[in-house]
Amino acid sequence: MKEQTISPRIYVAVFAALAALTLVTTGVAYIDLGVFNPVAALTIAVVKATLVVLFFMHVWYRGKLTWVFIGAGVLWLAFLIAFTLSDAVTRPWIPVPTPWTGSAVYPGAPVSGEVER
Amino acid sequence: MQPGRLTLSETNSLVAHQFETLEQQHLAGWLGMWIFLATEVMFFGGMFAGYALYRWAYPGAFAAASRELEVLLGATNTLILIVSSLSMALAVHAAETGRRQRLIGLLLATMALGAVFLGIKGVEYLHKFDHHLVPGSGFAFAAPFQRTAQIFFSFYFALTGMHALHMVIGEGLLATLVIRAWRREFTPEHHAAVEITGLYWHFVDIVWIFLFPLLYLIERHR
Repeated sequence: MKEQTISPRIYVAVFAALAALTLVTTGVAYIDLGVFNPVAALTIAVVKATLVVLFFMHVWYRGKLTWVFIGAGVLWLAFLIAFTLSDAVTRPWIPVPTPWTGSAVYPGAPVSGEVER
Repeated sequence: MQPGRLTLSETNSLVAHQFETLEQQHLAGWLGMWIFLATEVMFFGGMFAGYALYRWAYPGAFAAASRELEVLLGATNTLILIVSSLSMALAVHAAETGRRQRLIGLLLATMALGAVFLGIKGVEYLHKFDHHLVPGSGFAFAAPFQRTAQIFFSFYFALTGMHALHMVIGEGLLATLVIRAWRREFTPEHHAAVEITGLYWHFVDIVWIFLFPLLYLIERHR
């Protein structure tokens, strides 16, 4: 593993960027961007996390092997969240089939539109 | 790595028998920590996925409940953790350049900042108990979110609680580094423990970088 001492100046610059982005993410939350509020919040968080990984955690200066481990973590996290949400989000797309016989639904079944939100 | 600075017998005493060289041993430790952090991503990822699911299902309750959190305390804690990450990174630099006193000072500074973070978190938890915002029989919230706001606070306590536990473990790891630095165990050639503990500390910072906007900053513009 090739080791390289990183200048404290780079650490201070990364720190300044992280502090500034913390103020930006707080400020942006008070501006109405509609659906883009969570998008902006997550984008800023990903940028901050990337800065920490690349510089504070030295990944920028190290071999490519580390990327395999980071990639594995990020990829499986993406699977976890994407498949969980794809199930939840698409369920209402297909209507619930009407029961074959008898008097409609099971006791206590939620009626459409009655769910507390 | 400059092998010329150590005699062969000195190097051999630091290398465990399953490794060929000190460099190889350092790489194994580095990758081992990254594997552990990947499992940590999955551990916190499960809670983040659950959070996403329920925020999608109950957007109104999550926005109303998030407003009960104190942005000033959350933002202050975010900045404190970022400063602690800076001092940790500078501590690794001090170890690389062989400055023992600076290393000890920066490790103690990192620990102190972590303790301030946990103190502020404790004050916030106390407020939640005072305001009946802890899920359970004592929970009280304005209509129409009396029930669903509890889901938000369940995620709030699970996520920030697990994060705080990781901070406490980090404090313990830093304390062992301070003792080892005090005993002059680290040299420019041999300080892998400092760097690898730094990886853990920065990871815990990253978790908070996501928690702050997801918990404190939902629809603040209304």
